[in-house]
Amino acid sequence: MTASDDDLAAGGGLLHRRTLLRGGVLAGGLGAAFAARAADGIGEGSPETMRVPGAPFSGYGVPAHWRGDIKRSIGAVPDRPGTGASRTPLERLEGTITPAGLHYERHHNGIPDIDPAAHTLIVHGLVKQPLVFSLDALLRYPMHSRAAFVECAGNSGGMIAPQPAQTTAGGLHGLVSCSEWTGVPLSLLLDEAGVDPRATWLLAEGGDAAGMSRSVPLWKCRDDAMIALYQNGEPIRPEQGFPMRLLLPGFQGNMNVKWLRRLKLTVGPTFTKDETSRYTELMPDGKAREFMVEMGVKSVITRPSFGLNMQGPGLYEISGLAWSGAGKIAKVEVSADGGKSWAQAALNGPVQDKALTRFRLPWRWQGAPSLLLSRATDEHGNVQPKRADWLAQYAPGQAYQFNAIAAWQVEAGGGIKHAYA
Amino acid sequence: MPTLKLAALSLILMAGVAVAATPQSPGLGRPATPTEVQAVDISVPPDGSTLPPGSGSVAQGAAVFEANCQMCHGPAGVGGPNDRLTGGVGTLTSPKPIKTVNSFWPYATTVYDYVRRAMPLVAPQSLSNNDVYAVVAYLLSVDGVAPKDAVLDAKTLPLVKMPNRDGFVSWEARYRPKTAAR
Ligand code: HEC
Repeated sequence: MTASDDDLAAGGGLLHRRTLLRGGVLAGGLGAAFAARAADGIGEGSPETMRVPGAPFSGYGVPAHWRGDIKRSIGAVPDRPGTGASRTPLERLEGTITPAGLHYERHHNGIPDIDPAAHTLIVHGLVKQPLVFSLDALLRYPMHSRAAFVECAGNSGGMIAPQPAQTTAGGLHGLVSCSEWTGVPLSLLLDEAGVDPRATWLLAEGGDAAGMSRSVPLWKCRDDAMIALYQNGEPIRPEQGFPMRLLLPGFQGNMNVKWLRRLKLTVGPTFTKDETSRYTELMPDGKAREFMVEMGVKSVITRPSFGLNMQGPGLYEISGLAWSGAGKIAKVEVSADGGKSWAQAALNGPVQDKALTRFRLPWRWQGAPSLLLSRATDEHGNVQPKRADWLAQYAPGQAYQFNAIAAWQVEAGGGIKHAYA
Repeated sequence: MPTLKLAALSLILMAGVAVAATPQSPGLGRPATPTEVQAVDISVPPDGSTLPPGSGSVAQGAAVFEANCQMCHGPAGVGGPNDRLTGGVGTLTSPKPIKTVNSFWPYATTVYDYVRRAMPLVAPQSLSNNDVYAVVAYLLSVDGVAPKDAVLDAKTLPLVKMPNRDGFVSWEARYRPKTAAR
């Protein structure tokens, strides 16, 4: 419909607010002309979605509104909205790639809004030539894409509580997510700056209000580290470090410094706050492990799990996630009798290095109480420990890098509780 | 396909893979000026080599703490809504270990680095270098890690011996692949 002069409400082409409304009525009228269905048309009995044209295109799609309740669960420090975490709802997702908007978040003082045109990455310290890289420059470098999980070192830390917390798989273990990351191999930038042989670590620093900073061993930087610019095919999300983050596959989430602005080559570690008070683990003898940089081998059954109750005896698929910071998953075993007997689950390939791997196993549930466990082994022979064995390594209250076997108690009625094995 | 051709093809493929593994760099990094480097080099390692000029005393630090920190960390760093900062010295082998700056942190430089970059939470990087020296001196003095009349500066701060200085074991080498150069 073209607007007539009568529709003008002000200068510059502003139309009366009811113009569109009238247009709508007109279109409705036109539609009505076609609405009469032939008596023998097949529309009778067809779903409405086949009889009415669907919604138009959109610039950026969103999930089905029917599933609008699939959300991250947020746990912020009271009155400090920028410090805390939000967790991936693992039990509501399938496959191995986490949608970017559901990737877990851990920020220490909020998400900065960084202008990509003004942002730079500076490489300095023990190098021949300190260098500044703009985002535009980095976008011209050869890139590499790979899947990698990122897991917060505090993930599953709730499992040190004396009683099992009654919450979902995501609520317990949702500080892990997996994406396809694309970026520039860090070794390229290091070679360009020319690393002094005395350097064995570097300090990575973010441009956020926590000035997040971590020391990274140089061998990792030369191995598989990248400056990630894309996540699941699109520019990396603000919550994940836009415009760039350090990606250290398999290393503590916190070391994958977001909003990366600086890399300083150093002789040794800088001993930042987040490798001192945080992300270190006290042992019973009063000494603390530091630089426990790599995440352990781990698995979680996501279905059935707390909140996804059984619907009567019958055939089910047990589905879960396994991962290891050391490499590929070699096998996942599942027990339905609390660990007395184990069956090997199928790994739904491709099984990728330091990425989430989906495992599956058919299960005929007869309606009896069952304690469901999963136990992962990686390609280097690392096996998930029992909870008691994990706890015995450390002093009371230590919760970082918890990777012990997790359990779900399926009750006779089909209800599911979180349990310890 | 004759075997020779196959072998040639696999050679080409292998060469292709090798090229992909070590891609060429376009070399687009621009040299950073010393001023640019200095402006961002805010991290302070244990040797204190990047500590700024200036100094601060325990007495000045008590005032800085009361005005800028106490509401979140409590009086003298205990009992606030956020992290406990002092006390707990000697508890690390007890059934209830209390980790604080004074009981757990191995280096005083870390306190300077962190407070200067990230605190107070609501206005990070708003304190002067002198105020940061002062508030660090104050926090350390609460447990006698620094004397009540301490004045900290770039020379004296790295010399402070934290109670748990030797309390850490590095786990990093356990993850280093045998093949990896350092
Ligand atoms: C608005 C509240 C608030 C104020 C004000 C504040 N802090 Fe903090 N502080 C926090 C929070 C929250 C954290 C934890 C940050 C994180 O999650 O990384 C913290 C962490 C710290 C830590 C690290 C503790 C640890 O064991 O990891 C130190 C040290 C510290 N603050 C010192 C100070 C000093 C000194 C000041 C005053 C100059 C100050 N803070 C002001 C909220 C505050």
